[in-house]
Amino acid sequence: MNAALAPPPSAPPPAETPTHYLNANYGFRSWMFTLDHKRIALLYLASITLFFFIGGFYAVMLRLELVTPAGDLMSAENYNKSFTMHGVMMVFFFLIPSIPAVLGNFLIPLMIGARDLAFPRLNLLSWYIYMAGGMLTLYAMVAGGVDTGWTMYTPYSTTYSNSHVMVMAVGIFINGFSSILTGLNFIVTIHKMRAPGLTWFRLPLFVWAHYATSVIQVLGTPVIAITILLVALERGFGFGFFDPKLGGDPILFQHLFWFYSHPAVYIMILPSMGVVSELVTCFSRKKVFGYKFIAMSSVAIAVFGFLVWGHHMFVSGQSIYAGMIFSFLSFLVGIPSAIKVFNWTATMYKGSISYHTPMLYVFGFIGLFTIGGLTGLIVANLGLDVHLHDTYFIVAHFHYIMVGGAVMGYLGGIHFWWPKITGRLYPEGWARFSALVLFVGFNLTFFPQFLVGYLGMPRRYHAYPEEFQVFNVMSSAGASILGLGYLIPMIYLTWSWRYGKLAPPNPWGAKGLEWTTPSPPTTFNFEETPVVTEEAYAYAQEQETEESH
Amino acid sequence: MSSHVTPKKTYFAVFGTLMALTALTVAAATVDLGGLNTVVALAIAGCKAGVVIWFFMEVRHARPMTRLTVAAGILWLVIMLILLSSDYISRGWLGRSQGW
Amino acid sequence: MSDHAAHAPGLAHQFDDLDQQLDATTLGMWLFLAQEIMFFGGLFAAYAIYRSHYPEAFAAASHHLDIRLGGFNTVVLIFSSLTMALGVRAAQMGKNKTVFNYLLVTFMLGNLFLVVKAFEYHHKYVEGLIPGPWFSAHGATDPAVQMFFCLYFAMTGMHALHMVVGGGLLIYFMVQARRERYHAHYFGPIEIMGLYWHFVDIVWIFLFPLLYLLGLHQ
Repeated sequence: MNAALAPPPSAPPPAETPTHYLNANYGFRSWMFTLDHKRIALLYLASITLFFFIGGFYAVMLRLELVTPAGDLMSAENYNKSFTMHGVMMVFFFLIPSIPAVLGNFLIPLMIGARDLAFPRLNLLSWYIYMAGGMLTLYAMVAGGVDTGWTMYTPYSTTYSNSHVMVMAVGIFINGFSSILTGLNFIVTIHKMRAPGLTWFRLPLFVWAHYATSVIQVLGTPVIAITILLVALERGFGFGFFDPKLGGDPILFQHLFWFYSHPAVYIMILPSMGVVSELVTCFSRKKVFGYKFIAMSSVAIAVFGFLVWGHHMFVSGQSIYAGMIFSFLSFLVGIPSAIKVFNWTATMYKGSISYHTPMLYVFGFIGLFTIGGLTGLIVANLGLDVHLHDTYFIVAHFHYIMVGGAVMGYLGGIHFWWPKITGRLYPEGWARFSALVLFVGFNLTFFPQFLVGYLGMPRRYHAYPEEFQVFNVMSSAGASILGLGYLIPMIYLTWSWRYGKLAPPNPWGAKGLEWTTPSPPTTFNFEETPVVTEEAYAYAQEQETEESH
Repeated sequence: MSSHVTPKKTYFAVFGTLMALTALTVAAATVDLGGLNTVVALAIAGCKAGVVIWFFMEVRHARPMTRLTVAAGILWLVIMLILLSSDYISRGWLGRSQGW
Repeated sequence: MSDHAAHAPGLAHQFDDLDQQLDATTLGMWLFLAQEIMFFGGLFAAYAIYRSHYPEAFAAASHHLDIRLGGFNTVVLIFSSLTMALGVRAAQMGKNKTVFNYLLVTFMLGNLFLVVKAFEYHHKYVEGLIPGPWFSAHGATDPAVQMFFCLYFAMTGMHALHMVVGGGLLIYFMVQARRERYHAHYFGPIEIMGLYWHFVDIVWIFLFPLLYLLGLHQ
């Protein structure tokens, strides 16, 4: 029914290489108009990598500035613009789409035995929307930048800032719909496209995690969309929704902003938790411990995530009674998160663990996420947060979640499914080395920030008192190691795409429908719709059934 | 989901109900009920919305998942409104103005 | 994939049969509408906060709105929902010509709504009720009156935008109905169009009392 789906009319592939989704057809159009979820995933992979390195560039500039106490490299204004662009790029254009749009897009149909997502056109459309939003934001950046911080708090963003708030607001508004449509597509796909026999509690936990994520995307994202639109209307046309002169309340903006932006953290971390659940059981050669608890805790995190947003506003003029409610509710999120961590550890217990690269990222994830999560409990304390609010303690806390958690899971997942995506193996030695570099670099970057934040160094200033310099030098040194840890995989993964060893269909001996397809899979994934007869992660029965494969 | 063709007269009856409720809401708005005016207006609007969802949008013949989706959308809106109002209701409780 | 080559007309490649496709697209539309609830929800939340904080100013400001026009539009929109529902019904029976006619009526009613809305907006413009630097409501000293109009224009404007999108979709589906695309087993797109249209109607059902009627009893 569509030209891009039809087999290529000419040039049949050589007899030796089987046809798969990458060589089914060639050319610019075959990618720009593709409806194949796997190709769209690769489009996302390329574009989020671009945005990641742009955001990373700003991180480098920030850390360079902070090597010395004086604000000598950048003016205060440029520093403000740098951390704004770092935050916007990383949050909206890298972290939120990262795992869902790349790995989720690629894997969910494969994992549930479907030919594609429920709405392939919508899927492609959401990539275009994402790119449109990204390009507008890039334009705002090139045209002179934005200095409001990624949170765009009113009234600064609506009234006082002289930077390109309007363009960026529209860019983020547009981008939101990409996220909504992806989530919508996943929910429908998971509901309606599962293979026969694949009941809800046989689904891979990766799929459960994405289901929970999608719920947040569909129900949370529209709120920030309308909120940012209101900011744009106020800035552009003087509709003073949050303007105290008209009796408006700037704190209302914060409420509506965090109603989405707190759950957005779970959009980042939940898919990563899904990846970890897959990896930990595969490399422990053991059925996952407490399947239903992990599945349900994903849903619980998604729901609780909507009840806690006020903990970003403890000191911003919100009623302290509401603060107490939000503080209490915030602690609740700790429960499902801890359930997951305990279940992963219990899965490893008495498993036969192998230390391949993806598993190293799992170890990194569990350790760093635990630190990030536990410090989260500290800052959820109404009283303690008064001291820690807007210090580097907060910066360290959310980087432990977003980088130590979400990015570790993303890289672990990319390595784990790399053979499936490209049909090639990555060089294991380099990969292990870079995982180690990343772990060391990350901790050296962000652990000192806990200390310096606790001592009282506020975030978002380009200068600081001299007694904080030693921590900042450590942090900047760590950041350069961390940067190396991102560059090495970038290089060897690109290299392996062409020169890596050919991958067998199931290099890890993993369970799951995606591993029953060839590497890389064909355009429609399965020759015939598979029928599922066993639970997920049936690793214990491996010895008996191995002969039959 | 096999198609369920609803008789025309059901739709006409629904339309009549909606018209009647519209008239009712205008009539109720002219009477001073104190603080209850808003409640009544919202209740009638809720009834009208319910009728549209139930009959015009055919939720009465829809799958459970569709109903769950509708319920989730409404529930999330309620969550937002309740937690928002937890702040705005209690702002003045400390006995001093908090600036708004 | 040869078994999908000879599929039913209107069946997309990723689905096994038309039932699955209808189920999936219906669920997709409902999820989209859940998203819309939250999208408008942000506006309604802002309205609720400000209205409860400035009840007198909001009631006074609502006197600037014309209840007759608002009420007329309410009737128009509910009537268009009826014709839309009848259009879906015709699609379920595969009567393409009837579908076309009902969609056309719905489209005309939608446009009527928008025309009335445009007159209302123009009237506000003449009275100087557009928020911003030129706002000049005579007699209104409370700045929250302007806040009411900020919300009025944001809410009705966003609603009108949804109407315009709906109108565009209606044109598309009218063309499809002309091409005899629908039959008793393939009517999903019209049904989904209907869901969207009814949702836009529901938003107005709430906007009418909240914006036009709140000051009527004073």
